[in-house]
Amino acid sequence: MTTPDIGGATGGGADVTVGVLALQGDVREHLAALTAAGAEARPVRRPEELAEADGLVIPGGESTTISKLATAFGLLEPLRERVRSGMPAYGSCAGMIMLADKILDPRAGQETIGGIDMIVRRNAFGRQNESFEAAVEVAGVEGGPVEGVFIRAPWVESTGAEVEELAVVDGRAVAVRQGRLLATAFHPELTGDHRVHRLFVDMVRASVM
Amino acid sequence: MSSTSPSTSETAGAPTPETGTARVKRGMAEQLKGGVIMDVVTPEQAKIAEDAGAVAVMALERVPADIRKDGGVARMSDPDMIEGIINAVSIPVMAKSRIGHFVEAQVLQALGVDYIDESEVLTPADEVNHSDKWAFTTPFVCGATNLGEALRRIAEGAAMIRSKGEAGTGNVVEAVRHLRQIRGDIARLRGLDNNELYAAAKELRAPYELVKEVAELGRLPVVLFSAGGVATPADAALMRQLGAEGVFVGSGIFKSGDPAKRAAAIVKATTFYDDPKVIADVSRGLGEAMVGINCDTLTDSERFAGRGW
Repeated sequence: MTTPDIGGATGGGADVTVGVLALQGDVREHLAALTAAGAEARPVRRPEELAEADGLVIPGGESTTISKLATAFGLLEPLRERVRSGMPAYGSCAGMIMLADKILDPRAGQETIGGIDMIVRRNAFGRQNESFEAAVEVAGVEGGPVEGVFIRAPWVESTGAEVEELAVVDGRAVAVRQGRLLATAFHPELTGDHRVHRLFVDMVRASVM
Repeated sequence: MSSTSPSTSETAGAPTPETGTARVKRGMAEQLKGGVIMDVVTPEQAKIAEDAGAVAVMALERVPADIRKDGGVARMSDPDMIEGIINAVSIPVMAKSRIGHFVEAQVLQALGVDYIDESEVLTPADEVNHSDKWAFTTPFVCGATNLGEALRRIAEGAAMIRSKGEAGTGNVVEAVRHLRQIRGDIARLRGLDNNELYAAAKELRAPYELVKEVAELGRLPVVLFSAGGVATPADAALMRQLGAEGVFVGSGIFKSGDPAKRAAAIVKATTFYDDPKVIADVSRGLGEAMVGINCDTLTDSERFAGRGW
C-alpha cells in the first residue's frame, strides 16, 4: 500500500448492505472500498440481488455496455423503480452517466437509470491521452482534497435546481448530489482514500434508520 | 491500493493535473473489466461491435485469420483507417504496433488511440527489445504466455496484460494453456517464503519487486485479459472462469456467420460467465462459427505466440 487508508472502517459489524452493479467495470475496487468504509458489499447482476441491497454503487466502466446489459437482462426498470422509491445510489464515471436524467451525446438506444436532474457530457475531458489525476476539494468530505483520477471522464454540463454541485474542475461540475443520489466524474475506488465511499455509506445508513 | 500503485516513482494525487500516470493507465484497463474487446477492420464493423456492447474495439487492417492466410509482413494499420474507426464510435479504440517498433507506437499515440497493443500478431520489428512503454502517455497492453513474460512486459511499462493464445485460429486451446500457466505460476509464488522469492525472480527473469508484489497480491498488479482463439460464448465464459478479467475476440466474430448476434452473445456470456443457463440461452441460433485451425498442425513459424520474449 503506497496510499494511506483514510476514512476506513472504525470497527463494529456492517449494518448496511450496499450492492455494486456488476455487469461490467471496476466492480472489485468498489466492493473493496465499500467494505473498508464499513458496509457489507455485494455484487448485483440480477433483480433479486438488487432487492436485497440497501443502497447501490454503479461502477466505472463503459456506459454503453452497462446500459445495454442492464436492458438485456431486465435490470433497467427495477433499477429505476428502486431509485424512484428512494434507494441511495452512487455512480462513478460511467455510473455518473447512468444516474443522469439526460446524456448530451447518447449512442443510439443508450438508456440511463436517471434520478439526478442533470445533463452529462460523455468523455468530456477527452480521450485516454487526456486522462489525468488532480487534487479535488469535495464539499462534505473533510480532511483536505481527494485524489481525483479522471479516465475519459464525463462532466456535468448543467443541473436542475435540486442538484448540489460538490466539486468543480476547470469550471465544470465533477461531483454532484441530489437527495440520496451521489455521482462523481472521477474514481475514488482507484485510490486508497475511502472518504467518498464513507460519505455514501453514511447516506445509506441515514436512509434505513 | 497496490493494483494501481506503480512500481516506479510516480507521485499520487499531484496538486496540478497530471496525465499519463501509471494510475490513469492501469485504471483505464480496470474500467474494461468484465468486458469484450473486439477486432474490427472497418468503421461499420466498429459500430456493430459497439451496438453489441463491446467495451472497446481493436482497429486493424486484417483480422489475425487473414494475416495468417495472406502471409507477408503484418504492420501497423493505415492512419486513415484508424481515424475512421475513432470517429465512428464513442467507446475506446485500441490499435496494434509491431513488437519493438516504437515509432509505430509514437504514431498511434499521435493519432489519439486509447490503448496500444504491442502485438505478436504483427511481424516483430525487433527480435531482442520490446518498446519502452513508460515513455508514452498512451497505455499499452501486451501478450504473455507465462508469468515471467507478463512481468517483463509490466517492467517495461505495460498497463494491461492479455494471455496470448494463438490468434486467428478460432481454437481456444492455447488461450487455456497460457492462462493456466500464468495462474499456476502465480499460485506457486504464493507458496514461497521471502527467501525463496529472490531465486524465483531469477528463474522468472523478472524484477524482484514485481515478483514480490504478485506473491503478496495473488494476482498481477495490472488487469489480465485473455486473447487468441475465443470463438463462442462458452469460450469467453471458460476464459473468465479460468481467471481472465475479460476477453479479446479477434477473428471469431467477423469471420462467423452472424457477427452482430455472435458479438452480443459473447458480451452477455462474458458478464454471466458463471451462469450456464444464460450461456446456453445466448448460444442458440448463432449460425456458423469460424471454421478454425487445429493448433497442432501449425509449424513453429506459423505460431504467433512464440514471438516476444
